[in-house]
Amino acid sequence: MSETIKQFLYLNRKAPYGTIYAWESLEVVLIGAAFDQDVSLAFVDDGVYQLTKGQDTAGIGMKNFSPTYAALGDYEVKKIFVERESLEERGLSLDDLQHLVWEDEDDDYAEKDSIKLVSREEMTAIMDDADVVFSF
Amino acid sequence: MSTLHTVNKSPFEKSSLDACLAHAGTGANVLLLEDGVYAATTGTAVEQRMKQALDSVKLFVLGPDLMARGLAEDRVIQGITVVDYAGFVDLAAENDKVQAWL
Repeated sequence: MSETIKQFLYLNRKAPYGTIYAWESLEVVLIGAAFDQDVSLAFVDDGVYQLTKGQDTAGIGMKNFSPTYAALGDYEVKKIFVERESLEERGLSLDDLQHLVWEDEDDDYAEKDSIKLVSREEMTAIMDDADVVFSF
Repeated sequence: MSTLHTVNKSPFEKSSLDACLAHAGTGANVLLLEDGVYAATTGTAVEQRMKQALDSVKLFVLGPDLMARGLAEDRVIQGITVVDYAGFVDLAAENDKVQAWL
């Protein structure tokens, strides 16, 4: 077995509920988290809508999977990159998104922010740095 | 002859909304639903286009689809009417036909 750690980037570009992409991505991320790899999530274009807080799907008869994003920290998924330009084009800001955190066991289990707001240029570099990109 | 147009795709991903607004006649009714509701919120790149559309068509947005996506009604552009499923049925019944923009 190879000990090589690869950098996996999950690229999310679809809004939730209208299509199955967002939910499928989350499922694959959680399954993939079982394998010790370096995992990052990127949210660009309509993908930023996945992270809005206050989602309530009671009226449309679909499962509200948005609380699952808060569990990502427990699965050692600590790097969630959100593209600033994508938010701005949609009239959104960081305040409209869930506050996602992970616990740093090397720092007395302090809660640290998982979401990092990045520019489109920075997102380009993040994509370049990844060994494998999974697109949803 | 009145028509209810429905748009269920995000304006940032598909041209469905643009095509609908370009073809909807004066006085037509346009209902945004599913991912189409993202066009109804303030501060977006398509907000001006929506405000212009209000000069010639009536715009509606499906409330349950807004709520599912974490978008409160106070984010909806002024002039766009929020309706529930019963309101959707009323619109469909009041118009002569329904034309979907997928």
